[in-house]
Amino acid sequence: MSTLTTTVETPPAAPARPAYRVTGRRVLASEWAKLWSLRSTWITLGLGLLFLVAFGLIAANHYKSGIGSGHQDRDFATATAVSLSLFGTNFAQLALGVLGVLVTAGEYSTGMIRSTVAAVPRRLPVLWSKATVYGLVALLVATLGVFVAFLFGSQIVSGTPAAMGLSHAGVVRSLLGAGLYLGLVGVIGTALGALLRSVAGGISVLVASLMLIPGLISLLPSSWQDNISPYLPSNAGESMFALTHDSTTLSPGAGLLVFLGWTALALAGAAYRLVRSDV
Amino acid sequence: MIEAQQLTKRYGEKTAVDGLDFDVKPGTVTGFLGPNGAGKSTTMRMIVGLDAPTSGSVIVNGRHYARHQAPLQEVGALLEAKSIHPGRSAYNHLLALALTHGIPRRRVDEVIELAGLGTVARKRAGAFSLGMGQRLGIAAALLGDPQTVMLDEPVNGLDPEGVLWIRNLLKALADEGRTVFVSSHLMSEMALVADHLIIVGRGRLLADTTVADLVREAGGDTVQVAAQDPARLREVLAGPGVAITGRSGSEELQVTGLSAREIGLKAAEHGIALFELTARTVSLEEAFMNLTRDAVEYHGSTTVETLETVGSNA
Repeated sequence: MSTLTTTVETPPAAPARPAYRVTGRRVLASEWAKLWSLRSTWITLGLGLLFLVAFGLIAANHYKSGIGSGHQDRDFATATAVSLSLFGTNFAQLALGVLGVLVTAGEYSTGMIRSTVAAVPRRLPVLWSKATVYGLVALLVATLGVFVAFLFGSQIVSGTPAAMGLSHAGVVRSLLGAGLYLGLVGVIGTALGALLRSVAGGISVLVASLMLIPGLISLLPSSWQDNISPYLPSNAGESMFALTHDSTTLSPGAGLLVFLGWTALALAGAAYRLVRSDV
Repeated sequence: MIEAQQLTKRYGEKTAVDGLDFDVKPGTVTGFLGPNGAGKSTTMRMIVGLDAPTSGSVIVNGRHYARHQAPLQEVGALLEAKSIHPGRSAYNHLLALALTHGIPRRRVDEVIELAGLGTVARKRAGAFSLGMGQRLGIAAALLGDPQTVMLDEPVNGLDPEGVLWIRNLLKALADEGRTVFVSSHLMSEMALVADHLIIVGRGRLLADTTVADLVREAGGDTVQVAAQDPARLREVLAGPGVAITGRSGSEELQVTGLSAREIGLKAAEHGIALFELTARTVSLEEAFMNLTRDAVEYHGSTTVETLETVGSNA
């Protein structure tokens, strides 16, 4: 009964039908087109970029003026050009993570998922494609953002104790780490959206896991804190781009591994739900 | 070609689709009828794999929908009207679907023209009227030039011109040898396009028949009689193949198996005065209502007059 056979099944059927076929690469192309055909993508990516650059420059300016006036904020006592330019990371991760949630959960809230799954009934290629396409886009936007923030930020603080250049040890690694962290936050957002199938739910869990849980952990006994804290998504992620590390934080490599583990966990949950539940 | 075998879907306690067996054959328009909540949409969702059956199976063109290399080329489905992202233009929506299959952009333009969306294709689909949304859904269904076209309530929200367009489209698709499966809760609309009917109620198969057979089986030859002495008339008319129903204490009887002329002659022969003698042709709508009455009554929303059955209704 395959339509790819050359025999004509019913007399009036068209003799030569084009041989269409769903492939992984085509699903990627479809998700790429879907991402860029929505205005929210442009706005949110723009916001993410703006947060990274603007907050980095604001932090650098604030530091510089603190030096000039003689009384420096205690928060900025150990600041470096890197930590100042990465000041916007916290805000950018919200924008990029939320867009990740929208990429998947937005399909459920609008009904688009029915069209998507009808076109790709094997379903999993859709999740992998969304995570890949959006993860890469978030990675590129974030990397661009942190490098721009650093290039301008380091000029602002040049001549101060925080001054650093790209050639300084660990700087490029930090900046790339921050870009990678934000890219993975985008992937986690995508996975949470697919797992929870709700924009509000996905954003809530994202914000909770990246921003609220670290605060709650501080309520635990300190011996527990030391064992748990470095492995939390937010702290493991921070190890990826922090310039200096001490005994309470993971090394950049270990941080990356732990954060990748969290990403894989979220994706696995999303894949399970996507395959097992009706849409 | 769609083949359902013992197709069943349960949501917790509720059974939405209950052991459906049916075939939808190519070359004709098959209507899928049933009151609201009969399980039509759930069945269609299972056909394209959006819902997994609790038990049983349904295959399309020889295999499960998800096993096809190019699903959109096998089945084009219009499910709920808005299976779209409102922020995307009609063109980009169709293009995104086309890209998954390697369907050329030329085909996207074709279905846009076919659905009459040429002037609005670049506008946000969220701003579309119900009818425009329906046309976009149909354009998406036809995108892969599918062997089987399945439309859930396609005339919903369409203006008369749109309804006519759908009607002609469905017939044309069937004439090209495709399998056309269309759901509706409007019997009158189905009667105009469908050759074959699959009727469901409460998830069960009530009839798998043709339009003509449905009318015949529903008792299209009933004669309404009002007589001075209905009890005696009943005795007089009784015979093989004759069914008589009526309410006790009422002068009215409904007779099947005899023509109005035969009833009149017999009554005159026995001197029974008649007040009314009307041959009733059952409309398709009535035939449908009769068939689905129980299914509707279950939901407590019937307006159909129920008849107390006295004779042996064949």
